[in-house]
Amino acid sequence: MQERDTAQDVLSLGTSHFREANERIRDQLERVDRLTLEEVFAQRYLGCALPQGKHLAIHGTPGNDMAAYLDGGTIEVFGSAQDQIGNTMNDGEVIIHGRCGDAAGYAMRGGCIFIRDDCGWRAGINMKEYQDKQPIIVIGGDAGSFLGEYMAGGTILLLGNPGDHLATGMHGGVIYLREPPSTHALSSGITIAPLAEEDRVRIEQLLGRYRACFAGEVRANIPADAEEFLKLVPASSRPYASLYAN
Amino acid sequence: MFDRKVPTYKVLRDREACTNCGACVRQCSYGVHRIDEQSGKLVADHGACVNCQRCVLMCPPRAIAITKWPQVGTGSAVWTPDHMKDIAKQARTGAVLLSSMGNPEPYPTYWDHLLLNASQVTNPSIDPLREPMETRVFLGSRPVALRVNTRQHAVISDMPPQLRLDVPIMFSAMSFGSISLNTQRALALAAEELGTYFNCGEGGLHPDLERYANNTIVQVASGRFGVNPQYLNNAAAIEIKIGQGAKPGIGGHLPGEKIDGEVSRTRMIPEGTDAISPAPHHDIYSIEDLRQLIFSLKEATRYRKPIAVKIAAVHNAAAIASGMARAGADIIVIDGFRGGTGAAPKRIRNNVGIPIELALAAVDERLREEGIRSTVSLVVSGTIRDSADIVRAIALGADAVSIGSAALIAIGCHQCGDCASGRCNWGIATQDPALTKRIHPQSAAERIVNLVRAWNKEIEEMMGGMGINAIDSLRGNRLMLRGVGLNQKELDILGVKHAGE
Repeated sequence: MQERDTAQDVLSLGTSHFREANERIRDQLERVDRLTLEEVFAQRYLGCALPQGKHLAIHGTPGNDMAAYLDGGTIEVFGSAQDQIGNTMNDGEVIIHGRCGDAAGYAMRGGCIFIRDDCGWRAGINMKEYQDKQPIIVIGGDAGSFLGEYMAGGTILLLGNPGDHLATGMHGGVIYLREPPSTHALSSGITIAPLAEEDRVRIEQLLGRYRACFAGEVRANIPADAEEFLKLVPASSRPYASLYAN
Repeated sequence: MFDRKVPTYKVLRDREACTNCGACVRQCSYGVHRIDEQSGKLVADHGACVNCQRCVLMCPPRAIAITKWPQVGTGSAVWTPDHMKDIAKQARTGAVLLSSMGNPEPYPTYWDHLLLNASQVTNPSIDPLREPMETRVFLGSRPVALRVNTRQHAVISDMPPQLRLDVPIMFSAMSFGSISLNTQRALALAAEELGTYFNCGEGGLHPDLERYANNTIVQVASGRFGVNPQYLNNAAAIEIKIGQGAKPGIGGHLPGEKIDGEVSRTRMIPEGTDAISPAPHHDIYSIEDLRQLIFSLKEATRYRKPIAVKIAAVHNAAAIASGMARAGADIIVIDGFRGGTGAAPKRIRNNVGIPIELALAAVDERLREEGIRSTVSLVVSGTIRDSADIVRAIALGADAVSIGSAALIAIGCHQCGDCASGRCNWGIATQDPALTKRIHPQSAAERIVNLVRAWNKEIEEMMGGMGINAIDSLRGNRLMLRGVGLNQKELDILGVKHAGE
C-alpha cells in the first residue's frame, strides 16, 4: 500500500488486502477525522463500525459490506458500491454517487443511505426502527426484487420502479413509490395508502436531501414535490399472529 | 366433540389432607385451581393443566398429585390419540402447531449405547482426590504449527484470541424474551462464578447484564436484534447462529405479546410487534458469504474476539463443518435434534435433524481426515443430561459442551414443554412479573454452580478411572468408548468398537 505524498488525509489502497487496508484506515482515523481513500479496488468492510465524527470519501469501488455496523460516521462513495452496504448499520450516513448491489441496509436500525441510481435485490431487508432510531434508504433509480422484505420499520423512498415480490413479509415502516406496483409484484398483506400531510413533509425533505447530494449528476428529473407519490404500509404489525397454534 | 378436548392430565386432591389454604390457586398461572363460590371447595379445571407440578410441590400438606387422564385412547399403534388430537386442533385452527423443549419422540439416544472404559492393573487409574486433574479448556482457532523462541521461552506465532473455560461446560444460547431476565441473570452469575460463559441468544443483551461481558457470548442471528458495535465488543466472543437443533432450517418468531417494555429495549424493536428472524441470514447464501460475515465481525471487533458459528445437526453436518472451519470460524457449535427451544413448529422439532452423537462423530472424523481438526474448536449441545454424557461427547471429539435444559432443570424447570405459552409457573419461560420473581437470581445461580461443580468432579473421577489426568487426553479418545446394542453401521459412524471387542 502506498501513501500519497505526505498528506495524512489521503490513502491509496491499491490492491492491498482488506485486513491491511482497514488497519491503515483505522490508524489514520485516529489522527484525522476526514479521510479520502483513492484507488479502492473492492476492499471489503470499509468504514466498518465507523463512529460518530469520522468521515470517509471513497474513490474507486468499495467491496462488499461497506459501512457494516456503521455507528454514526459518514461515508461518501464517488462511484458505485457492491453488496450489503450498511449491513446492520446503527447510525450515520452513506451516500453513493452511482448504483449499489444486493441487500443494501440489511437489518439497519438507524442512519440513512442515499443511492443515486439503482440498487440490487433485497434492499432494506429486515430494516427496523426503535424510538429515535429511524433508518432511511433513498433510491434514485430502480430497485431489484424483494425491496423491503421483512421490513419492520424505517423509511424507503424509491424514485424509480420496484422489482417483483415487493415488501414480502413487511410488518413495519413505510415505502414511498411513484407508480402503483402491479398486483403481482406487490405481496399480500400490504396496503396502498394515500399520503398524509406528514408523509408529504417527509418525502419533500428526503427529495431535498437527495437533490443536495446529487444535483447536476442525474439526467432524469428529480420530482419537485410529493404529489405523485403513494405509500405502502403493512396491513398488520403482526402478519403471522394466526399462523401458529400452541 | 370434534375437537377431542379430553384433558391430558387429571388433578387428584386428597380432601382429607387439603386445608383449603388456596396456595395452589395462587401458584397456578393456568387457572387450574379455583375455589368454587357455592360450595367453598377447591375444584380443578383439569383440561388447563400442563403438568408443570408447581402446585404439587408448593402444596403445604402435599395434598395434590397429577395423573394421566384415565380415559383410554382409541385408535391404534398408527392412529394414536396424539395424532388425532393434533389433527383436531389443526382442523379447528388451520394453524401450524407450536411446541417447546426438545424432540420428545423415542428416537435412539446414542449416549445410552456408549460405555466408558476404566483402567485395571495396567496404566493405573488416578485418584482425583489427591492428584491434580486438568479440566480447563481453551476455545478458539489455533495456528497449524506453533513457533517458539526457545531461548526466550516465548511463543512467536501470532495466536488468535482464545476463550478460557475452567470447566468444559458452557450455557447454551437462550434469549431474553424466550426466558426471563432473572433466569439470564442466574446464568450470567453462575458463568462468572464458574469461569465459563453464558450466551445471551439472539435477543440482544439487557443493560443489566453488560457487567458480565467477560463471561458473555453474544449471538448474531438473521434478525440481528440488538446488534451494534457496542453489543459486539461487550462480550468475550460472538456466535453467528445459523441454526438450532430444535428447529433446523427455519427462523424464529417471538410473538408480539411477548415483546414487553424490557424485551423491546433489549431487542431494539417497538413493543408489541412480532420479532421475526428470517430462516436464512440474507447475507449468507454460501460458505463464501459465511466467511464474509465472520470477517465483518472480526473487523468490527479488531480481531480480538473468537467467532463461533452454530448450526443444527443435519445430514450433511460434516461437510458443512469443514466449510465453516475454512470460512474462518474459530469455534464450531453443533446443536443436536433433541436440543431445547422456547418455541418451534412441532413437525420441525419432531422430525428434522439428527442426533448430536452421530453428527459430532462425523464432524470430528471429517475434520481430522482433512487435517484441520486442530485448527478449530468444536462445541456440542442438545441433551447433555449428566457428566457421563459430557465424557462421551469429549471422547467422541468435542472440546466442550453447552447445557441449556439441564441448567433450567437445576432451577425448577419440569420439562412440561409449554414454554411457548409464556405462562411458565417456574418463572423461567415467561415475562410476567408475578411469575419471573419466582426465580431469585442469586440462589438460582448457586444451584447452577453446584450442578456444574458436581459434574466437573464426576468428570475428574471418570477421567481418573481411565488413567487420564487432563481433559485434552480424553478429547477424541474413542478407545475409551465401547458400543452396546449398536449395529455395525452405527459403530462405524461413531468410530467405536463394540463392547467385548
